[in-house]
Amino acid sequence: MTASVELRGVSMDFDKYRAVDDVSVKINPGEFFSFLGPSGCGKTTILRMVSGFIEPTKGQVLIGDQDMRGIGPNKRPTAMIFQNLALFPLMSVWENIAFGLEMRGVDKAARRAKAEELLTLVELPGVGDRYASQLSGGQRQRVAIARALAVEPQVMLLDEPLSALDLKLRQHMRSELRAIQKRTNVTFIYITHDQGEALAMSDRVAVMSRGKIQQVDVPQKIYNNPSNGFVASFVGENNKFTGTLGAISKGQGKFKTDAGEFAVTLGEGVTKDSKYRLYIRPEHVGFVAKPKAGGNAVPVTVEDVSFEGNFATVNLRDKTGRRLSAEVRNDPLNPPPAVGSKTNITFDQDKALVLLDSEASAYAEKD
Amino acid sequence: MQGKTSHLVLRIYSIVFLLYLLVPLAVMGGAAFNDSRFPSPLPWKGFTLRWFVDLFNDETMLQSALNTVIVGIFVVILAVPIGTAGAILVNSLKGRSRTLLYATMIAPVLTPGAVIGISTLLFWYKFNVPAGLHLSVLGQVSFIAAYVMLMVLARLQSFDPALEEAALDLGASHAQMLRRVLLPHLFPAVLAGAVLAFFQSVENFNTTQFTRGSSTTLTVYVGSKVRSGITPTINALAMIMITLTILGAIAYEIKRRRDAARMAALDAE
Amino acid sequence: MSELIRRFGTLLTTVAILLTAFWLLFLVIFPYLGLFEQSFRPYLPVDEIGGPNDFYSVNNYLSMFHNPTEINLLGLTFSVPIHLWVFFITILYSSITALAALLLCYPLAYYMAKVIPPKSLPTFLLLLVIPMWVSELLRAFAWFIILAFNGPLTIVLQDLHIITDPVRWVNGLGGYSGVVIGLVYAYILFMLFPVYNSMSSLDTNQLEAAEDLGARWWQTHWRVVVPHCKPGIASGSVTVFMLAAGSILVPTLVGSTRSRWFTEIIQQWMFESQDWNTGAAYAFVLLIVCTIFVTLMMRFFKVGLADIAK
Repeated sequence: MTASVELRGVSMDFDKYRAVDDVSVKINPGEFFSFLGPSGCGKTTILRMVSGFIEPTKGQVLIGDQDMRGIGPNKRPTAMIFQNLALFPLMSVWENIAFGLEMRGVDKAARRAKAEELLTLVELPGVGDRYASQLSGGQRQRVAIARALAVEPQVMLLDEPLSALDLKLRQHMRSELRAIQKRTNVTFIYITHDQGEALAMSDRVAVMSRGKIQQVDVPQKIYNNPSNGFVASFVGENNKFTGTLGAISKGQGKFKTDAGEFAVTLGEGVTKDSKYRLYIRPEHVGFVAKPKAGGNAVPVTVEDVSFEGNFATVNLRDKTGRRLSAEVRNDPLNPPPAVGSKTNITFDQDKALVLLDSEASAYAEKD
Repeated sequence: MQGKTSHLVLRIYSIVFLLYLLVPLAVMGGAAFNDSRFPSPLPWKGFTLRWFVDLFNDETMLQSALNTVIVGIFVVILAVPIGTAGAILVNSLKGRSRTLLYATMIAPVLTPGAVIGISTLLFWYKFNVPAGLHLSVLGQVSFIAAYVMLMVLARLQSFDPALEEAALDLGASHAQMLRRVLLPHLFPAVLAGAVLAFFQSVENFNTTQFTRGSSTTLTVYVGSKVRSGITPTINALAMIMITLTILGAIAYEIKRRRDAARMAALDAE
Repeated sequence: MSELIRRFGTLLTTVAILLTAFWLLFLVIFPYLGLFEQSFRPYLPVDEIGGPNDFYSVNNYLSMFHNPTEINLLGLTFSVPIHLWVFFITILYSSITALAALLLCYPLAYYMAKVIPPKSLPTFLLLLVIPMWVSELLRAFAWFIILAFNGPLTIVLQDLHIITDPVRWVNGLGGYSGVVIGLVYAYILFMLFPVYNSMSSLDTNQLEAAEDLGARWWQTHWRVVVPHCKPGIASGSVTVFMLAAGSILVPTLVGSTRSRWFTEIIQQWMFESQDWNTGAAYAFVLLIVCTIFVTLMMRFFKVGLADIAK
């Protein structure tokens, strides 16, 4: 069984502090949905509101179209994976997994059988009689997942479950979690500050900042069509230019900066009076010895080349001293320009995005 | 620290310290077997068990021992729930009110036993409650509950609140959560508190002395005997208590080593 | 409180509150207030209580200042009220006890925290704890035996030809040597555990850093270890001082004919004179001094209330 989750105009105030500000979003049944944002953006608060540990100050939380106000966490069709897993230390692994069933009065033999079944599902057969302290981090993760699945929830809530794992394990668990979700078809609500995770695993992502949703979309659009400066900055790398918009027509226009005038594409809601900036991703930046007339180009000096494996990051400076970067695929036949050389970078108009940088969505950056 | 010499010095010091602690107990126990009227292992006048016999024939001694145990049991019955309740309450508060409640709770620990005894005596006298062992119980509970509270509180603070939430999230009612998650976690501290409460009650002198009226407990009786007429029956009693303590210590150590070995074997799997 | 009800249910929360209220009100606060009040009223026969002779005064406290006696100190003679003198002596020797306990425990705490092989530690702790379980009475009694005239200590030293004639061990220090020895032995573990606790939280890297920068061992201790252990030292000192000052058993058992302890005087008032009011006053004075000592130590060492106690 699976259910939709809807937030309608949900706000959460802690005394004077507004942690969640008028959030509305509908999550479809069986969807893998992520809330992505920096610490303090409100994503944890949203998860706790859906699970029932806090009630919103305003607005409604609906699960399966039913208003959950007044319904405690033990009565909701949700199950949560906690950040520190919260496995019961005084119970064995199988007792942990069977806990939800024990609470419902299922008899011991049936509970044990179900626990073994789930252990097989998460690929941990035979550890039922051990204790959590004797398992590795990845194994404990899977026990936590099994424990949550045992109560057959309609919605699974995951609170940054992979943050304590090392890199290789994290990557492995990403595909594991995705696979389990597809197999069980339970609605997954996943919160994280790791954009790679969110983009890789989710059907849709909600990017949040300071209690507000900045954009809800499929991962590709989040990355390629960020709706404002915050989303563009938080997800992926950027070259940023401040400047002034000139002529605008049909979502495109001219942008004047101290490094030159560029042909740009306008993002959502950008007008001549709003605060905006120009964003260009490093992988959309190419090198050219002699720039085409009328195209977007900036003369640069190569400061540093950093080999990262399957790509290289080239750090550049333009004539105003501004730092820029380009990302170049690792191709031995096409090496990046040498350190110290002078060349030009170029980029297409539809990859040069001028996006809103309003106060509420400002992402603190160091330049 | 530098050098192996300093480590050696410290090691010797630690052994001397242990001897300093344990030799007087041995002296006291040794006197129980010396056939000498004055309680002392030296000069040694021959091995005897007569003091143990005298001990068991001493009516007042046996009565006081009984009183001591009864008082101890009542103290445990009162102090453990009170201390646990206090710990739960204080842990649910924050800021000023928490500090205030905490300070009030440990005030009896910092108060001289004589003061506790006298204040208990005077207070209940106002209600025409006479002195007696019941007052000793109340006086002892006033500070022993604080010790229980401290032990339970420490254990409470090491309780991961996420465990409680996880239990609820998986469908447990509040009562089920308490029974299956919180209380098992607290149990070691509550048990230790009960044991501590009992032994603190047994060895208590100051508070009991002022509240007991005409009844005696073991500690009070022995204390008074030392001033009047001593015989090594007291040493016989001491010997019994020391032996019991050492047996308890040995049992504990055996269990500890067994548990550690078991855990190590499981980890190696 | 609504938080509690949510977590534990109404019944349990009410029970918890009632139990705690009973404890704090009826076993702690009201009795202490009663003690305070009683200490200001005169000792009267039953039928005169509440009558015209029953008024508040500080007379009971002032009786500490009665009965001057002659004290010889450093060749000079002073006339001091006897009870006041005993009070002063009690405070003095309790402080000495705390200091002696600290000096004895410090090296051992360091050994346990930093030097001892970790496998031996639990066994060592167990051995240490045995005297604690054996009860204060017996701890005092043990020294009663050892220090007795013609007792084991004398005999052993005579056999080793260190002394020839028996010595009255309890008569040293103006008659208080027995008391101090007894007190130190009785309460030394209450100093050891807090100090050890503090020490074990000291990062060994700091010691190595100090050594690396050229500090000698006494400098390392004075500048690194001791400051870190302030909470433990304060906690231990406070505990030992208060136990010593309030001790009845030890000064009675191991005292000499010349020693008197303040608690013995309280006992006299309570049981021999049957004057509970003056007994209450003296008890209150003891309580006040202990509180002042605790507060001073807390200020001096900059520790909070939560650091004191187990």
